[in-house]
Amino acid sequence: MKARVTVTLKTGILDPQGKAIEGALRSLGVEGVASVRQGKVFDIEIEGSDVGHAEALLKQAADKLLANTVIENYRVEVTG
Amino acid sequence: MKAAVVVFPGINRERDMARTLKLTSGHEPAMVWHADTELPAGTDLVVIPGGFSYGDYLRCGAIAARSPIMDAVRAFAGRGGLTLGVCNGFQILCEAGLLPGVLMRNAQLKFICRDVYLKVERSDTPFTRGYNAGQVIRVPVAHGEGNYIADGETIARLEGEGRVIFRYASPDGMIDPNWNHNGAINAIAGIVNERGNVLGMMPHPENHVEAEIGRTDGRGMFAGLAEALDRAA
Repeated sequence: MKARVTVTLKTGILDPQGKAIEGALRSLGVEGVASVRQGKVFDIEIEGSDVGHAEALLKQAADKLLANTVIENYRVEVTG
Repeated sequence: MKAAVVVFPGINRERDMARTLKLTSGHEPAMVWHADTELPAGTDLVVIPGGFSYGDYLRCGAIAARSPIMDAVRAFAGRGGLTLGVCNGFQILCEAGLLPGVLMRNAQLKFICRDVYLKVERSDTPFTRGYNAGQVIRVPVAHGEGNYIADGETIARLEGEGRVIFRYASPDGMIDPNWNHNGAINAIAGIVNERGNVLGMMPHPENHVEAEIGRTDGRGMFAGLAEALDRAA
């Protein structure tokens, strides 16, 4: 099964990289961007076909390693 | 003093640290590999040096914090053992949950490699007994992710409990955004855990210990630690 974990910065946490990208877009003439926040995407292949089990496993992976929950939120999705 | 320096793949300041420990205490530290599961018997100081463990992949210190030796370090710190993390070592201690908060990308997005001034907030810790409270020391930094942050409640606790040990300051000890080179909240450069036996700091006191290569401001930390541990032994 294919799955995806998306890790994003919590609101209120300063994101200097997102700010820099925002500034770069502006200087490239890409108009209308109000703000940018940078995150991470993990594409993961899961063994077996039990969606519930896969979600539990991904949550464990995110809590243990993929996200630092002090500053980051995460979302898991089994994409089929 | 029987120090152990923990070495992870990608760490590159372990020799500076070992040299400083030997120079200031007279004892050669043990070098402990990340895949080991035990610290040498009788270890009374664990040091996690600076560098780029695992190439800073995922997040700085994230993978090192979950390696086998860290269970032994966690148990050692849990028994009250003195534990020092410098630079990447500070990041690893945060990722391991031994210290609160996290070190984010520097506010100006630049890797900063130069001397900074630190205000020593407390002298009544085993790490800072070689200094006076309020003293300003000059030590080098070399990091791209040293911008300390934690949630508001944690910061209030750290401040309320006097757990901020070092702050970035001007040469005369003023806390000023112009001297807070990485944008850390409240200019925090180093903190201790609740029990006061685990210290994490971004600057490198181990690099300023010999007059031949410049300053000796970092010596107070290691000489103080050696004295505290030899007294306890």
